[in-house]
Amino acid sequence: MVLKTKSSHLPWSQERAVAIVEKHRSERGPLMPILHELQDVFGHIDPRAVDLVAEALNLSKAEVYGVVTFYKDFRSEPSGTSVVHICRGEACQSMGAEQLARHAREHLAVDFGGTTSDGAVSLDQVFCLGNCALSPSVLIDGQLKGRMDEARFDELVAASRTKAR
Amino acid sequence: MRPVVVFVPLDAAARSVGADEVATAIVREAATRQRDIRLVRNGSRGMFWLEPLVEVSTPEGRVAYGPVETESVAELLDGGMLDGAPHRLCLGRTEEISQLSRQTRFTFARVGINDPLSAADYEATEGLIGLRNALEMTPQQIVTAVTDSGLRGRGGAGFPTGIKWQTVLNTTSDLKFIVCNADEGDSGTFADRMIMEDDPFLLVEGMVIAGLAVGANEGYVYIRSEYPDAVATMAAAIDIAYLNRWLGSSVLGTDRSFDLHLRVGAGSYICGEETAMLESLEGRRGMVRAKPPLPAIAGLFGKPTVVNNVLSLATVPPILAKGAEAFRELGMGRSRGTQVFQLAGNIKHGGIVETAFGVTLGELVEGFGGGTATGRPVRAVQVGGPLGAYLPTSRFDLPMDYEAFAAAGAILGHGGVVVFDDTVDMSRQARFAMEFCAEESCGKCTPCRLGAVRGVEVIDRIVAGDDPRADLELLEDLCETMVDGSLCAMGGLTPLPVRSALEHFPEDFCHAEAGPQ
Repeated sequence: MVLKTKSSHLPWSQERAVAIVEKHRSERGPLMPILHELQDVFGHIDPRAVDLVAEALNLSKAEVYGVVTFYKDFRSEPSGTSVVHICRGEACQSMGAEQLARHAREHLAVDFGGTTSDGAVSLDQVFCLGNCALSPSVLIDGQLKGRMDEARFDELVAASRTKAR
Repeated sequence: MRPVVVFVPLDAAARSVGADEVATAIVREAATRQRDIRLVRNGSRGMFWLEPLVEVSTPEGRVAYGPVETESVAELLDGGMLDGAPHRLCLGRTEEISQLSRQTRFTFARVGINDPLSAADYEATEGLIGLRNALEMTPQQIVTAVTDSGLRGRGGAGFPTGIKWQTVLNTTSDLKFIVCNADEGDSGTFADRMIMEDDPFLLVEGMVIAGLAVGANEGYVYIRSEYPDAVATMAAAIDIAYLNRWLGSSVLGTDRSFDLHLRVGAGSYICGEETAMLESLEGRRGMVRAKPPLPAIAGLFGKPTVVNNVLSLATVPPILAKGAEAFRELGMGRSRGTQVFQLAGNIKHGGIVETAFGVTLGELVEGFGGGTATGRPVRAVQVGGPLGAYLPTSRFDLPMDYEAFAAAGAILGHGGVVVFDDTVDMSRQARFAMEFCAEESCGKCTPCRLGAVRGVEVIDRIVAGDDPRADLELLEDLCETMVDGSLCAMGGLTPLPVRSALEHFPEDFCHAEAGPQ
């Protein structure tokens, strides 16, 4: 889950990436913590990071690439300025999440996994945010919002767009 | 005059409906009126339809107001909320709210009471008693106490916790691990999240006790990334626990050591399956392992490992504090103690209901839950998450008990109950079960990886109604293959919601002339 907004992400820095790897490499099973921090700092997992991590942990590039692509949170490309997740779990479905999901895709003119053409909003689906008694729920830039409806969704997305500008 | 203590929950659910804004407004409006208050951000009481639930300390106890909107804060203060005065939003004493007073809070005893990160509050409210008792016991005595309590794994499978611990205790190794499965990915569940956000020291204490019991000095909490607040609170709680020497090289001043690490998932549902979680912790794709070997014998990095759900571990400290019998005397049949049921979805009074096993499904949904949020009739409930059966209201007499649910062709699972009203189309829910499995399958075994994709297609054809009789037969065949041939519960249980939807709601599948037999 991308918690930071795009504006706080740093451009690629080999030095910084090496420091992140060094910080975690003595931990047991360091790959996931390393990937999390790389994405947290740079906003996505740069192909150069895959090479660097593979070399440092004595893994094949294929192994590292395989892990990066297995987990939905890890992006190989930068996200939009704002990241919006719509919950499609059963509890949210029982309160109209499918309609909300359809509305979000139409309103933003983008499918799940995509980013709006102006690069402002990345939209994705998620299965459960643990807010199942206040459905439907969305996560906007790491902020959980419950009892969501279409009008409020549009408002919140517009607000996060303004903030990011 | 001492400042009035005002409680506004910090729980993510409460925040999702404006608790932060309400807290800010209360501080501001109190300052304007020159009233001295002390704001405490507590956990949630778990009555989410009342959130944001504001509580005020009075000589008669805590008085609750809710649901409070930012706009009503000024009016509430003018109306005397800080003195516990009556108001249309006043709910009286919190403890006397019927949905709360009718519960038996054993694991959740402290949830919603304290500032979750106050070590002093934790100790002042019976925290660490279980751990202190455990430090006086031999490993075998701790394991025996947990076995005697009858505690079964709260993650869904219901395996006796004590027996799992006994296996790890009996396995000789220089290195053993405690892994807490905090990858609470099932829709309709939030009890694990609440423990981590609202009473995180309880989980820390439970993990240290587990370490003492089986001879492990190292533990990992694996939290899903979809829970950013839980991740932040657990990280802070672990730091504070080290500062207080509840963790580290000398637990509570003894020669026993326990180190606890936090790991974060990355958006993969299957990592809630224990062996996939171990793979993920080791830095690999979350692919399910074949069993045997059991993780209790060869788990994390090949070492004997206790893998327990958050609620299982969080129930251990009160068991050791109050005695195994205090837990065992509650419940029914082989389902001992209390379960933290979670009422979710289209429900009027959604939230946590901790009560002894044996309460009926109907009592939970209608009695505690008050029916649907939309006010329409209940049509179906799904119990036990996305891999659980859909049940009609005619099964509301079922007692919440592992064996009773199994006998009814359902699973109790983790006790999450998702309610649907009469607008639900059960063929869509059945299709979604397959779609979800296709999306989240780890891909290791064929019945799950391919079966789920074929399942979506065949349900689409059944609903289209070209040759439903043949397609229903094919679906049944496919379900059988998935149940018998899948490596784990993902593929093995996905047919449960599908078959139960077909069995109880066949009318939703036959839009054409020939329906299911």
